Amino acid sequence: MIGLLAHDALLVALPIMVLGIVLAPVAVRTGRREWIPIAYSALYTNFLLVTIATVAMIVALVTHDFSVSYVAQVGSRATPLFYTVISLWGALEGSILFWAWVLALYGTVVVWLNRNRPGNLIPYTALALLAVSLFFGILLVGPANPFHPVFPVPLDGPGPNPLLQNHILMGVHPPLLYLGYVGMTVPFAFAVGAMLSGEVTGDAWIKLSHRWTLLSWAFLSAAIIAGMWWSYEVLGWGGYWAWDPVENASFLPWLTATAYLHSMILQERRGMLRLWNVNLVVGTFVLTVLGTFLTRSGIISSVHAFTVGVIGYYFLAFIAVVLIAALVMVAGNSDRLRTSGKMDSAASRESVFLLNNLFLTAFMFTVLIGTLFPLVAEAIRGVKVSVGAPFFNRMSLPLIVMLLFLMGVGPALPWRSATAAEMRSKLLPPFIGALLFCAGALVAGARSFYGVVAFSFVGYAAVANLREYWIGMRARRQAHGEGWATALFLLMRSNQRRFGGYLAHLGLLLVALGIAGSSSFRKEREATMKPGDTLTVAGQTIRLKGVWGREEVQRSVVGATLEVLKNGRVVGVIEPHMNYYPTSDQPVPTPQVRSTIGGDLYLTLMAFDPNGANATIRAIVQPLVSWIWFGGGIVVLGAIIGMIPARRRSNGALADTDLVPDLGAIAAEAAP
Amino acid sequence: MKRNTLLVSAALLAALTGRAGAQAVGASVAPVAQQAAADSVLEARTNAVATQLRCPVCQGVSIQDSPAELAQQMRDLVREQLRTGKSPDEVKAYFVSKYGEWILLQPRASGFNILIYALPVLAVVGGLVVVVVAMRRWTKPPENPSI
Amino acid sequence: MNWKRSLIAAVAAVPLIMLFAWGFTRDPGTIPSPLPGHAAPLFALDVFAPGQPPLSRPVGDTVRLADLRGQVVVLNFWASWCLACRDEHVVLSTTARRYAERPVHFLGVLYNDRPAAGVAWIAEMGGQSYPSMQDPGARTAIDYGLYGVPETFFIDGSGRVAYKQLGPASEVLLAHIVDSLIAVLPQHPTAPATKSGS
Repeated sequence: MIGLLAHDALLVALPIMVLGIVLAPVAVRTGRREWIPIAYSALYTNFLLVTIATVAMIVALVTHDFSVSYVAQVGSRATPLFYTVISLWGALEGSILFWAWVLALYGTVVVWLNRNRPGNLIPYTALALLAVSLFFGILLVGPANPFHPVFPVPLDGPGPNPLLQNHILMGVHPPLLYLGYVGMTVPFAFAVGAMLSGEVTGDAWIKLSHRWTLLSWAFLSAAIIAGMWWSYEVLGWGGYWAWDPVENASFLPWLTATAYLHSMILQERRGMLRLWNVNLVVGTFVLTVLGTFLTRSGIISSVHAFTVGVIGYYFLAFIAVVLIAALVMVAGNSDRLRTSGKMDSAASRESVFLLNNLFLTAFMFTVLIGTLFPLVAEAIRGVKVSVGAPFFNRMSLPLIVMLLFLMGVGPALPWRSATAAEMRSKLLPPFIGALLFCAGALVAGARSFYGVVAFSFVGYAAVANLREYWIGMRARRQAHGEGWATALFLLMRSNQRRFGGYLAHLGLLLVALGIAGSSSFRKEREATMKPGDTLTVAGQTIRLKGVWGREEVQRSVVGATLEVLKNGRVVGVIEPHMNYYPTSDQPVPTPQVRSTIGGDLYLTLMAFDPNGANATIRAIVQPLVSWIWFGGGIVVLGAIIGMIPARRRSNGALADTDLVPDLGAIAAEAAP
Repeated sequence: MKRNTLLVSAALLAALTGRAGAQAVGASVAPVAQQAAADSVLEARTNAVATQLRCPVCQGVSIQDSPAELAQQMRDLVREQLRTGKSPDEVKAYFVSKYGEWILLQPRASGFNILIYALPVLAVVGGLVVVVVAMRRWTKPPENPSI
Repeated sequence: MNWKRSLIAAVAAVPLIMLFAWGFTRDPGTIPSPLPGHAAPLFALDVFAPGQPPLSRPVGDTVRLADLRGQVVVLNFWASWCLACRDEHVVLSTTARRYAERPVHFLGVLYNDRPAAGVAWIAEMGGQSYPSMQDPGARTAIDYGLYGVPETFFIDGSGRVAYKQLGPASEVLLAHIVDSLIAVLPQHPTAPATKSGS
């Protein structure tokens, strides 16, 4: 019953969305502007209907209504409630429903907040949002229909994929990912709205979409970090990033979105890079569509690949339409968007932003080529090749190192131009940080060229960004006599974007440190142990206490108990285990990690002998891993701070000088 | 009692995966792994080769990182071949002769594959040229001073 | 709106879309094997499951591929934990029995499994007409470029791998390949008509 209700709701949503898609441009063209709110209502109504369907699905999952096909596919009476609820996004059809809901939510809020704005930007933005929603709506009543009636109704189901029941982060990573990934539809919709309405030559669409871009970027950053954390804790090889095609799919739009966050500032301040910004925004969305196409079409095999059906063809059609429409619109508007551009000097923050965009785009390009190359090579040579971590690590390290360096130079240089003295006073002090970190890395044993360079640049950028805080706080104390904490708070309050950005930089530097530390100084050993045996890795000693088995509601577990010893005393107990699910003959190895600020002790149960209570344990010691997760949190915090609406002074002027368009410069450039 | 039943069921489950009984039955499962080399130089060389070879039964992970049994057995084979004096290239060539180029985690830089290494470099170089040219144009003083 | 530029840009997208469309025409999961057409890797493996007369061999006997030169060899890799192997088990067993008098050897190789489990599985499946060997360390499996079970290799009379079958083999396929390989066997005056002993 509930399945039929939900399916009907989704069916009804389709003609409503079509109505909105037709009404919006017609209303603008014919001047019948009273139709525009009706077009907006199509968005709101779709949100209501998709919400009904989503709630219905959650209810069906929780009540184990196996007459609904999706529940019969992923549900099970034995699965704990938490995993039952999050199985909403565990398999393909449910994840499409969740995507449609997040998209409808974004579309509704965005349009509703801007519903009273005169002009044609919002109507065309709504059109773009409706068009994308329509595609997912079609999927939901067609190939991705999760509400197929199942008859005869089974008594129980197989439960979610075992890998997806193993860790609570499975409840965190996908929602964050969808909020970020799908959120990139919003700036895209604004860009389309701007191009169709002709407002693309102005900055209004950027101003309106900026906060949404930052929000989506924050979610996407958090999602990538959460995904890394999940795979680290669950997959058992002690790594957190394998350059798997779907990991790359989430990373590609992040790269272009990060570039856009910087180049957008250049457009707001100097009116530069208009065409480039449109390209970045549209490109980010196209990359999200590409990413979801690769995941769901089955043409590339990957850890994330959903089971494949005819839905791949729908996504092929979607990406074809999106790609061609995007190219047509951007190329067609390219004349209008060309600006002559004006810079004062190469020794300025502007040029650093240009280089930032260059390296981020080159990085995106490299990862894209690497991801698609197996497909291309097979098409042209007929031979299957692999492009894996060694390639990506090798090609991206130089780019990452350059970006780390730029992260230190950008905040230090002023806008417009810097004198030689200014450059000296701003760019030299952070070198102390570089030297310290370089020395530290060498002393700790790092020997790879890029490893040491990366550490040095992290030190450089850290000092540069921290110095900006310090300089600002010191100035406030001298001017207003504030205490340090007050100075910090008010400094950030009056320059949200800038200091939020520096905080995000610092977060990224922590992530970089965590990655550099865990890869440069990783030590591992594997041994078969009897109870009482000890194993020592990089100064950490563990002792096997025993092998055990236990039954849980939805799985059987075989594990080993290991004690962590320090100076002969037991300081911790770690129990890596293997989870056996009834639906799979391969167990899910569940490593356990003991994390401290300094590093992680990561234990995996590789094999065991139930008779002699032997266990083969792989122990990995990786320093600084927790800094990755912590740094990710700081990045998100920085983004949130940047999103806070800017304070305005009593005369209405913006308090954050970074946000004030450099009208003098723009006027000078516009003059013939 | 209950715990024995659990251990028995665990044993059955273990049999399903074929992992258990490394000591119990003797002959069959990877005896070489247990002589996990005290020779750390050999180990380092094995790691260097193993990180370049793809685990055939996993998704894109190297045989160095993969916990899969076949991956561990391939690692043992790599170690043994290195110990008997083969060069890393010869070891890799052996695996390529069995599994095809696919087994290498980065394509050999020859022929068509050169594109994957060249294009990113060209992109950076080309991009730098574009940025430098653009910056030059943008920092040039205006030719006609504004009235 | 510069339509000319739009058209050029749109055309630029076409090769990419065609590439994706082409991507649907093949399976990303299968790895083409370089072995067919080349000499089959030699092995010397010990029997752990004897099979049934007239094809049986004693447990502990060493089977060498080199000794089987001049005859067709069907080499099947399997495991007791492999669900798909169950599909082809009966087919392999009955076909082997049917071809007992022909110059073809059916051999099983256990992959990443305990021999005791293999024996139990054979008993559960009602017996296996031909012998199976164990492969310590999966050396032979790796030699044959194995990446899953079941995989079946068809080796011709001159010791070359003629064909590799991924997944369960059907009766029709088995018969077809074995027949065609027998038909091109070099006519050897000393080629045994039956395969008792080695």
